[in-house]
Amino acid sequence: MENKVKEEKANQPNKSPSGFSIIWRELVRDKLALISLFFLLGIIAFVFGIAFVLDQDEIVKVDLFSIYEPPGEEFVLGTDYGGRDVFGQLIIGTRNSLTIALLVTLLTGIIGVAYGVISGYFGGQIDNIMMRILDFFMILPFTMIVIAFVAIVPKYNTITFSLIMTAFLWMGIARLIRSKALQEKELDYIQASKTLGSSNFKIIFTQLLPNCSSLIIVTMTLNLAANIGLESGLSFLGFGFPESTPSLGTLLSYATNPQTLEYRWWIWVPASIMILLLMLSVNNVGQALKRATDARQRRG
Amino acid sequence: MWKFSVRRTLIMIPQLIVLSILIFVLGQLMPGDALSGQVGPDVDPARLDEIREQMGWNDPWHEQYARWMGGVLQGDLGESFRFKMPVTELIGQRIVNSFWLSVATLILTYIIAIPLGITSGRFNDTWRDQLITGYSYVGFATPLFIFALVMLWLFGFTLGWFPTSGSVTPGLEPGTFEYVMSKLYHLLLPAISMALITTYSTIQYLRNEIVDTKQKDFIITARAKGASETRVYNRHILRNSLLPIAAFLGFEITGLIGGSIFIENIFGYPGMGQLLVESISLRDYTVLTAVTLLFGIASILGALLSDIILSIVDPRIRIK
Repeated sequence: MENKVKEEKANQPNKSPSGFSIIWRELVRDKLALISLFFLLGIIAFVFGIAFVLDQDEIVKVDLFSIYEPPGEEFVLGTDYGGRDVFGQLIIGTRNSLTIALLVTLLTGIIGVAYGVISGYFGGQIDNIMMRILDFFMILPFTMIVIAFVAIVPKYNTITFSLIMTAFLWMGIARLIRSKALQEKELDYIQASKTLGSSNFKIIFTQLLPNCSSLIIVTMTLNLAANIGLESGLSFLGFGFPESTPSLGTLLSYATNPQTLEYRWWIWVPASIMILLLMLSVNNVGQALKRATDARQRRG
Repeated sequence: MWKFSVRRTLIMIPQLIVLSILIFVLGQLMPGDALSGQVGPDVDPARLDEIREQMGWNDPWHEQYARWMGGVLQGDLGESFRFKMPVTELIGQRIVNSFWLSVATLILTYIIAIPLGITSGRFNDTWRDQLITGYSYVGFATPLFIFALVMLWLFGFTLGWFPTSGSVTPGLEPGTFEYVMSKLYHLLLPAISMALITTYSTIQYLRNEIVDTKQKDFIITARAKGASETRVYNRHILRNSLLPIAAFLGFEITGLIGGSIFIENIFGYPGMGQLLVESISLRDYTVLTAVTLLFGIASILGALLSDIILSIVDPRIRIK
């Protein structure tokens, strides 16, 4: 085993490959992840690009003369109970769902990383108290508590909705980063910096965070997939966006009407497929990134 | 063991207090109160204030909290404005349904997860393992509500094998054999849908446990002593790998609560999850706070249960 490792080392060029080239090599090796990445980029470019042409208010305008039209010439994917074009709603919905998911991922990332780094790096009593608070948040049932909060915020929009979701989603990443920070701070390079008199602030930003970056990127990618599901789930129950700002979950929520579920597939099937494809592709990319950060699992 | 359990239970008390305060404050922040929408427009506002004063709704919050908490401890959760009955009674009907749905889901989850996890761990990196890993990967990426909708559409409507709503066929006498069978029949499809999706974590965990245990020294010893392959797997590996799974039982409860909100609404199953959503749409805040409180307590107890089982299984946790 050891000989093999030595051999491999001898065969490699002296300079170790940079982080991005490792990630790229892993993606090229994993065809599924590469396809997923291009699919995602395409979808993002499409839905955000077309949003300039399509007018959200125009799409969500109720048209009583074309209720429940099946797919045809005029409406590619038919219409819903308000005579609204499903295809247009699908595009706008994808954009809205992605916006929320990205925003929540970013916010939870910032809060979670800050919380985890502070707790793990300083340790001791601070860590103890911060972990007790985190434990409390962890045991709250997420869906239930978010629904209760959405009910009390009188006029909510993208920002408040993201904030409510963020308030109960930052714990996972915080816990991961904390345990990573706990390990890292015991290592020689941080101890050396401390001995040399670097400030804690400087150590955290120039040494600790760069060494946690791969973990942060991987976790945030996987969180993005989960957040797409959570957002559409909440909208599905009717506690996400209002109907005037459709999300993918809103389209699915029409399927709670048994008639729609049974006979009008064009309203809910495309949205389900879109959610599944988005979540699977983000997960595929996330798994490839995860392998790239762990040398034992790399394929490339 | 006892020392750890007692200490762990004591930690639970502040958690419960914080939870109850949080939920009480949530209830206070809800727009409107029991009187809004209940009285005619010709009622004198001064009279309304008088009633509010009499009911104690203008007292400082800590007095109101103490009164509410006192009621909760005596099993009085208040009166529902919409259903016109005590919340305790209302919840009593629903909680039984939710309880059986959760039990059925848990049993099905383990029935699916344990054989699949064992196969996957025993024959790791073969086609069987890849198939099972593929299934759990898709299960991980599929949101529960989409899967449940598809199941309802396929087995409920298109094939017509299962009922599409309710928890029992109306008109049956409670206590009879038909009644029990009808209950079981109604909860089967929701339970299967939830079990198939939530099972991935148990499968993956069991698989990794078995793959890890397989390489331990005591397994090599068992093989060297001539134990048959079946005996090695059933007695030596499985016993060591199943214990941690048992410990996750408590955490499953939190997952079940989150899932039941979706499942009960999709399958029209009259349980606590459906009551939660109904109470928000009807703005029935006494019911909402009561359901939220019970769900929160259930999660806290679940975490406690898991920690105690874990401490029995893994003594290192007790020492820490």
